[in-house]
Amino acid sequence: MTRILVGLDGSAPGERALAHGKMLARLIGDCELILVYVIEWSPYEFHTPQELAERHMRREQELDQAHAHVLEPARKATEAEGFKVETVVRHGDPVAILEELAVSRGAAQIVVGRTGHRGMRERLFGGVSGRLIASASVPVTIIPETGAVQ
Amino acid sequence: MTEFQRFSRIPAVLLAVLGLVLMLAASPLAAQEATDPVASEQEGAAPDAVMEETQQGAVVDEPAVETAPAELTIDQKVDQVFASSTGWFVALIFAPLPFTSFPWIVLWLVTGATIFTVYFRFIQFRAFGHAISLVRGDYSDPNDAGEVSHFQALATALSGTVGLGNIAGVAVAVGIGGPGATFWMIIAGLMGMASKFTECTLGVKYRNEYEDGTVSGGPMYYMVKGFRDRGFGGGGIMAVVFSIFCIGGSFGGGNMFQANQAHAQLVNITGGESSFLNGNGWITGLLLATIVFLVIVGGIKSIANVTEKIVPFMGVLYVGTALLIIAINYHQIGWAFGQIFAGAFTGLGVAGGLVGALIQGFKRAAFSNEAGVGSAAIAHSAVRTKEPVTEGVVSLLEPFIDTVVICTMTALVITISGVQQIDPETGLFILNDAGMIATAGDVQGVQLTSAAFATGLSWFPYVLAIAVLLFAFSTMISWSYYGLKAWTYLFGEGKTKELIFKLIFCFFVVVGAAAQLGAVIDFSDAMIFAMAVVNIIALYCLLPIVRREVNSYFDRLRSGEIRKFGVHAAAE
Repeated sequence: MTRILVGLDGSAPGERALAHGKMLARLIGDCELILVYVIEWSPYEFHTPQELAERHMRREQELDQAHAHVLEPARKATEAEGFKVETVVRHGDPVAILEELAVSRGAAQIVVGRTGHRGMRERLFGGVSGRLIASASVPVTIIPETGAVQ
Repeated sequence: MTEFQRFSRIPAVLLAVLGLVLMLAASPLAAQEATDPVASEQEGAAPDAVMEETQQGAVVDEPAVETAPAELTIDQKVDQVFASSTGWFVALIFAPLPFTSFPWIVLWLVTGATIFTVYFRFIQFRAFGHAISLVRGDYSDPNDAGEVSHFQALATALSGTVGLGNIAGVAVAVGIGGPGATFWMIIAGLMGMASKFTECTLGVKYRNEYEDGTVSGGPMYYMVKGFRDRGFGGGGIMAVVFSIFCIGGSFGGGNMFQANQAHAQLVNITGGESSFLNGNGWITGLLLATIVFLVIVGGIKSIANVTEKIVPFMGVLYVGTALLIIAINYHQIGWAFGQIFAGAFTGLGVAGGLVGALIQGFKRAAFSNEAGVGSAAIAHSAVRTKEPVTEGVVSLLEPFIDTVVICTMTALVITISGVQQIDPETGLFILNDAGMIATAGDVQGVQLTSAAFATGLSWFPYVLAIAVLLFAFSTMISWSYYGLKAWTYLFGEGKTKELIFKLIFCFFVVVGAAAQLGAVIDFSDAMIFAMAVVNIIALYCLLPIVRREVNSYFDRLRSGEIRKFGVHAAAE
């Protein structure tokens, strides 16, 4: 069975990535979509003592919200269309996690949407999609913000 | 916590508060001792800077005092009343040992550190490499991503201790004790690593984890639960006494003192006596209090996050600049270390000779890294780990970074810069009238550090002033949390109760910056060290529990039961 990783973030680009993923899955036939939501987080960020004390609680909330607002609705809608779906939510760097999941699940490719953000950080270090292209070990499809998907 | 425990704590609270009130009421003696230099120096107050600042700072709206010197301002009255009722406590905590000028509290901290070092067979050296490995996340389960990492717990705890002590305090130590003080400071810092290890291991082991996922930890919890485990009584009362001291310390050394020194620095860089801020500490105070309010009450994380990002950067910048200045004067390095070793064992003419250097070095290390005080046990409790020992091991890096690295850099720069005057004939230091080593311009405290750095980089005093401000701010944020934990331990958790504490805390920010309440600040400094009296007794009582944890952990580490997580093991 072929597996395709689709990066979701609750935004329109994520939806477009999922739409593309579904198209591919339909063409492939025996294909599972792995929907991934990454909560950006670094073990080297700095926090106040108060934030540290509440960290475990916040983490649980973040995971719940990711499932409730993004992954579950997407899973239901996608399964209703007859696709096989798995959902994953993780904390960390989106690029590292997508790559790691692609390797561990033996995914054939990664599909992500391109977001419009062009902040200082993206300019300096490249956005998620740019870095993913540079480091992924499987083919990567980037879905532009506009234009037909299917 | 059961209802019974909560109730049983109330009489203990009342008892302790009553005792404290009685002690304060029955204390007419030693009012003047409250301004004892031993005390006001704590945490690196450049005593002269404090004095200068506040004579004008004391009165905001009444500039007409000069005509009536006998009439006291409100601040002075408050100060006097406070001094007369609490001076004995300050004098007691900072009392020198008989026939010496060595405060017994410093001996108490150093003795504790030495006992922990021996008891755990030099854990600070044996586990040093493992500590770095833990901080790097080698042993962190990737499935715990998003939880508090060892690195985060360490960084947050460090931002609470790195501060004025490292910059101004060391200058005071080297100013009085000469370069030799550096040697003893390093020794005391190395010993202090074992104290931190002990208290932080216990802090994690006995923390409370609540159903909503938040944690509360610290000495009060290991005093109660740890003592119960060992079948000892008295843990509850100790926890209450510790909490009272901790609240006092959070208002004083962790707040008013910081606000006061931040204001002094602002005045210095905005034009000294001609600065518009001079005498208007309430402006600085209101500004700082607003920012603190936004962070601790408003939960505006962005401000805290910015600070928490800049503080480590400032720390690195500070050490980097120090290394640069040392590198510029590379031909002096050998000489400087010669001075440090010679000074450590001969004193090189400083007041008190060898003993003088030793006292200053020990004192500075103890005051700077807070090892044994118990504050770190509160800070480190939030980490996500199944093994309390891992956080203890990580925390032993704290005195190392704070004292052995940062404090030593300050001392080296001061020594190498040559700002301290040496008699070319004898090779001994020249002393001024106050018994301190004479310097060009006769500067002491933070100005001495500033002058030493300026010999290499003339613009550095400005960077230093910003660093002091930020360090002061991050220390205030940390201590507001320590105080809050003690407060909720005494009065229970609850939004309103917490808000009351936070508002009082913000109020003291303004008071600290605006007024020169020397006695109030001395008292709260004494409170911080009083925490160490209770805490170290508790640590002695709980040593066997820590030993059991340590043996079990390191056995499993050696046998391979506890293993590093591979880079890609994360997936499954």
